[in-house]
Amino acid sequence: MATTTTTVPSAGPVAGSRSFLSRLIEGDEIARLITFLFAASVVLITLLLVFELWQGSALARHKFGLNFFFTRVWDPIFDQFGALPFIYGTLVTSVVALAIAVPLGIGAAIFLAELAPQKISDTLQFFIDLLAAVPSVIYGLLGVFVVIPLMRQYLQPALKSTLGFLPLFQGPAYGVGFLTAGIVLAIMVIPYIISVSREILLAVPRDQREAALALGATRWESTWKVVVPFARGGIMGSIFLALARALGETMAVTMVIGNTPTISASLFSPGYSIAAVIANEFTEATGDLYLQSLIELGLVLFLLTFILNGVARLLIVATSQKGGGMGHA
Amino acid sequence: MNSSLRWRKFVSGFMLTMTGVCAVVAVSVLFLILGYLVYHGGTSISWSFFTKLPTPVGETGGGMANAIVGSAKLLLLASLFGVPIGFFGAIYLAEFSGGAIAFVVRYAADLLNGVPSIVIGIFAYSLVVLPFKHFSTLAGGFALGLMMIPITLRSTEEFLRAVPSTLREGAMALGASKSRTIATVIVPAAYRGILTAILLAFARVAGETAPLLFTAFGNRFWSPGWNQPTAALPEMIYRYAIAPYDDWHRQAWAAGLVLLGLILVVNIVARGILARGIAVPRS
Repeated sequence: MATTTTTVPSAGPVAGSRSFLSRLIEGDEIARLITFLFAASVVLITLLLVFELWQGSALARHKFGLNFFFTRVWDPIFDQFGALPFIYGTLVTSVVALAIAVPLGIGAAIFLAELAPQKISDTLQFFIDLLAAVPSVIYGLLGVFVVIPLMRQYLQPALKSTLGFLPLFQGPAYGVGFLTAGIVLAIMVIPYIISVSREILLAVPRDQREAALALGATRWESTWKVVVPFARGGIMGSIFLALARALGETMAVTMVIGNTPTISASLFSPGYSIAAVIANEFTEATGDLYLQSLIELGLVLFLLTFILNGVARLLIVATSQKGGGMGHA
Repeated sequence: MNSSLRWRKFVSGFMLTMTGVCAVVAVSVLFLILGYLVYHGGTSISWSFFTKLPTPVGETGGGMANAIVGSAKLLLLASLFGVPIGFFGAIYLAEFSGGAIAFVVRYAADLLNGVPSIVIGIFAYSLVVLPFKHFSTLAGGFALGLMMIPITLRSTEEFLRAVPSTLREGAMALGASKSRTIATVIVPAAYRGILTAILLAFARVAGETAPLLFTAFGNRFWSPGWNQPTAALPEMIYRYAIAPYDDWHRQAWAAGLVLLGLILVVNIVARGILARGIAVPRS
């Protein structure tokens, strides 16, 4: 310690005497400036994106106002655009996806974090990471040629004969529709739920588990009544992340949802989602109002995912800090 | 052992088994996908798939040579645009700034990362396609590059920060300027991580379809230069899968196998680079 305190003052004046000019010659200021420009361009691009979406949808926003969200007519010929069927389809498919993906994903995350030995857990997580890397058009491809026939021939008739009294499972089994899109989405978002929840569960301090076990809880009770509640916020965050992914997912949904703007209580019915209608109609949109209505749908999608991602990040950060803080105490 | 304890033990064993089942189900999806693609794609893949142009509707045969070259061009453009911004931006965040500016840049990057890919497509359309008045490789590359920025930026920053500060101080103590320290000490120390980040970003956008639909648009012929609409593998998979022709379906499977193979290989290589010798502990 003594030596460092004596060397620092002697080095101080030397460092202090480096003028702006000398730093410029050494390249530090230039490097700072150049890297700053690159970093600033990220902010600029993001702002420009928001601006373009806002500006690009001005006509539609002024013409329809809030009615845009509550009208179910989508008629390019008479320039009437209401987003209700697409919002409905997006929400329904996402809810179906979460209903399937949340229990499965959290179950798998508990197994990976609490039960599996390190090596097995890491290996399985490696496969989960690969699964998250599969592009959505591949899910769409399998959706079209594998999931749709399975739905039409087996799952939908089976649901109809057992739960057919519910309005959810009525109507003809086309194969395409809300349920199929929801199932494909569920498969796509499970890896996100698993990866984030596993990290959060692994960050729960060890003494929490040990205290529960010492009090006589079974392994499951310590997991479900102590560890999971401790990690609740972060797990919620992983669900929000998954929801944001599901809302904005385009290709896989477009390929299996049926692309018909209907609002129906039946999950067997073909539907449409916000992302799917943009994908299908954007290049064909004739007329400014048509194009701007589609851009407004893009704006809606952007805002929804923006809010969900923000909430998710807050929850995850808060929960990891809670774990870290308790661990050090 | 009383009955309530036995019941609790049973519940514990049962639920824990169920979590194992969940994990197996989740992971088995990967192998189901691979299995289907190898089964259907493997039988449809042929030499002409890589060398021939798509045939007119109704004629069987042909290939996706133009889409493979198109994807390569798009990804080259995307990397040229996205990687430098991500890389140098990360150097600024990790080495030069602290506080408010860094917070804003990180926030913007996270925001950009969360934007649905179809919205990125709209953005690239209004920024590149509209001024040039036609679809182009340029617009598609721009859209994909946008998506590479946040992934490269955030992970590169993390790896730069993981370089021990003793290395920095050592270089400075020898009289190196800050920029020299970064170029000769810090970036080399973190290069495995940075390479991983870039490869993962590359793999992520290689499979993106939605941002290409109204930027690169698609093309059944060769796309000369950078200013014409171009085909890309993921976009061809989409168009062929929803078309009503059996021969197109076969080619969609083949293209799916090639695309997923590429993406998985890049992912595995990237993770291998990182695992094999990360010089520094993370955080």
